[in-house]
Amino acid sequence: MKEMREQSPGGVVGSRRGDPPYLAPDYVATRLRAPKEPLIILPSTLSDTTGPAYGRAPVGELDNDLTRQHEGEPLGERIIVHGRVTDGDGRPVRGSLIEVWQANAAGRYTHHLDRHPAPLDSNFSGAGRCLTDDEGRYRFVTVKPGAYPWKNHHNAWRPAHIHFSLFGEAFRSRLITQMYFPGDPLFWQDPIFNSVRDEKARQRLISSFDLETTVPEWALAYRFDIVLEGRRATPMEDH
Amino acid sequence: MGSGRTPSQTIGPFFHDALLDKDRSELVPPDHPEAIRIVGTVYDSAGDPVPDAMVEIWHADRAGRYDHENFSGFGRSDTVDGGSFSFVTVKPGPVAGPDGEMQAPHVMVSVFARGLLKRVVTRIYFPDEGEANASDPVLSFMEDAAFRETLIARDEGDALRFDIRLQGENQTAFFEL
Repeated sequence: MKEMREQSPGGVVGSRRGDPPYLAPDYVATRLRAPKEPLIILPSTLSDTTGPAYGRAPVGELDNDLTRQHEGEPLGERIIVHGRVTDGDGRPVRGSLIEVWQANAAGRYTHHLDRHPAPLDSNFSGAGRCLTDDEGRYRFVTVKPGAYPWKNHHNAWRPAHIHFSLFGEAFRSRLITQMYFPGDPLFWQDPIFNSVRDEKARQRLISSFDLETTVPEWALAYRFDIVLEGRRATPMEDH
Repeated sequence: MGSGRTPSQTIGPFFHDALLDKDRSELVPPDHPEAIRIVGTVYDSAGDPVPDAMVEIWHADRAGRYDHENFSGFGRSDTVDGGSFSFVTVKPGPVAGPDGEMQAPHVMVSVFARGLLKRVVTRIYFPDEGEANASDPVLSFMEDAAFRETLIARDEGDALRFDIRLQGENQTAFFEL
């Protein structure tokens, strides 16, 4: 089939889309897990231009408010995180499921494997979901996650971040990423953030402080717009 | 041209409570008359199982239709049990390929894990589809028979086995979309 070809796993296709390569040796866990055989470039078919209609998944009214899932309110700086999800052509991605998860204000996940000796917060589970509206907009209320140490290298700390999982319109749109906060002093030493080689693409992982959406005497706001791969394949630049 | 797309980042190790709160590994009930089981283990290049991956599948229904009526075609499994995942579903029908020819029945697979900065995408093909597999446009593009074989599940009687080797000897074939 004329369209099919192969691509090195660290090659230009990844960088064209701004994605990190599989192998980023400074992020130690990639060394044993990054595929090294050539990737087969898959021509677009119904198998990847369709996708799970997760928009029909039941999402509770309070699922997007991580501060109201327990008896009391979680400790930490209350924030609003919102933005717009669009495809590469600027069209809104409507009715699409977004799932988020994060550490608490002290930098600790509720996950049983998180051994960081920082306090758990019985009023914070750190997981939320919502659907984008007709303009592709979403909104979460949460607390600002803390930075936390990990064992990747000596004195390694993850910058504060919120994990995002998005479905978009098709199998090919599927994205899991992390949202960071502006001005974080830990960026320079974080191999996950820096695995995105392209400077402009890397900046797209950082939310912006949004004074307009701030609610006076209640919460600060950050805006994080997300651009997903559209339903159709991106044309090859070097074809 | 896809410029401005938000880059991928790793799922990390702490996703389970957020993404796997409900069991999504059964696309049909196990007592469904056409139910099949697909099982497998995710391995790293040292041959060690990867217990902190998330495997997602997406496939057509028995008639080759995507997201039709009551069959969502989407499944999600963790690998906390020694790197292994498991799905109960039905075997998909053939679906049209890029030039109108038919593709052999297959399941699209995404694997996310700590240490994977972006998902890997592969396909599960079926061992009892020799003829359809031989004329499948994707499988027939692959000249290396051993590499091609990594995409075909193995019949173990009560289940189909599809192990995923992320790197190293017998690495599974992965796709760029």
